[in-house]
Amino acid sequence: MLRVDVEKKLGEFSLQANFTSEGRVIGLFGASGAGKSSLVNMIAGLLRPDRGTIVIDGETVDDTAAGIHVPTYRRRIGYVFQDARLFPHLSVAQNLDYGRRMNGLAPDPAQHKRIIDLLDIGALQDRRPGKLSGGERQRVALGRALLSKPRLLLLDEPLGALDEERKLEILPYLVRLRDEANVPMVYVSHDVAELRQLATQIVMLKQGRVTSFGGVKVLT
Amino acid sequence: MFDISPAEWTAILLSLRVAVIATLVATPFGIALAWLLARHDFWGKSFLDAVVHLPLVLPPVVTGYLLLLTFGRRGVVGGFLADHLGIVFAFRWTGAALACGVMSFPLLVRPMRLSIEAIDRRLEQAAETLGAAPWKVFFTVTLPLALPGVLAGMVLGFAKAIGEFGATITFVSNIPGETQTISSAIYSLIQTPDGDAAAGRLVIVSIVLAIGALIAAEWFARRATQRLHGN
Repeated sequence: MLRVDVEKKLGEFSLQANFTSEGRVIGLFGASGAGKSSLVNMIAGLLRPDRGTIVIDGETVDDTAAGIHVPTYRRRIGYVFQDARLFPHLSVAQNLDYGRRMNGLAPDPAQHKRIIDLLDIGALQDRRPGKLSGGERQRVALGRALLSKPRLLLLDEPLGALDEERKLEILPYLVRLRDEANVPMVYVSHDVAELRQLATQIVMLKQGRVTSFGGVKVLT
Repeated sequence: MFDISPAEWTAILLSLRVAVIATLVATPFGIALAWLLARHDFWGKSFLDAVVHLPLVLPPVVTGYLLLLTFGRRGVVGGFLADHLGIVFAFRWTGAALACGVMSFPLLVRPMRLSIEAIDRRLEQAAETLGAAPWKVFFTVTLPLALPGVLAGMVLGFAKAIGEFGATITFVSNIPGETQTISSAIYSLIQTPDGDAAAGRLVIVSIVLAIGALIAAEWFARRATQRLHGN
């Protein structure tokens, strides 16, 4: 479960969002500049709200009135960025293992194998991120985030940097993740078709305000 | 002709020891300072930056004299260290290492700072979302990506330290076997009537060491670029 009730001023732009979601995939929809990324960064703890609360899975991670701000690294979230952000000095295998090491989790070969098979990245393990295609990079980034065992997965336009063909290559993996990985997701996109395929709930943002909230129907 | 005498060897080995110690001790401070200057804005930052660069523009004899006033036996810091920790800098090789460390510090810090500034901070954010506390982010992402720059800074600092003359001779004098480095040995030799050949040999040694260090620094800088591109 995710509960968000925040306000934030960023220069001239002001963001105000209030929604509660139990959905498996919350689609954050809006044009660029609507405040989607700022909202996701607040959920991740990378940006601090001026006022409000954020509750992830029953834990209050932000509460400005009570002075609570759990730092990003203790939120147990996964974050897939538009630009993958794989560590260039580590191999694919080391990138995938990074979250487990940082969180001090015991190796979980069963989960490891399941996610690697799900994303078809077994053959890439020894490569360096610089030698991967855009689509491969994004699949590794997905695997890296999932293997840190997050309780919420944030995806900020994960297909945004890919061309149409690559998007169609990755989408089925995302559908599989939704149905099999058992991690709730927040999926940011300005693409209606993408969200129709993936989201179970939609939060529509326009100029920093939530204009509609509900099932995928609100996209029409 | 190229027959290096024991006395010359002493000077060469002493120079190497002084420069190695100066570089190794200065490196952690250099990394910390480079990180501070690259990543933080604080009151007095430009002042700190200027102080670090001061040895580069001050006459070396002034730096040496200031070191003598501070770290000499009667100096505030020097007296304390000698009385309480038994560490003496004045007229010892350790003093030469201190002088070389201070003089080479600006050159050591600069490549480190540049390489930290060149790191994509979004990678550090990604590390944080994967559960890495700030100090872990530093050791697993920032430092490894900055490593070629760190090594380049060490090489440059080493090259500068091995050739340092003015501050060293002012602070710890020119005692054979204790504080006489290659530079001060050359200085002594060109003032003695038959010293030309010996001075020439030490000059060649200096040039070889300096060029070697510059080539090594260049190589590390190229490695840095490759590393940041993940190849």
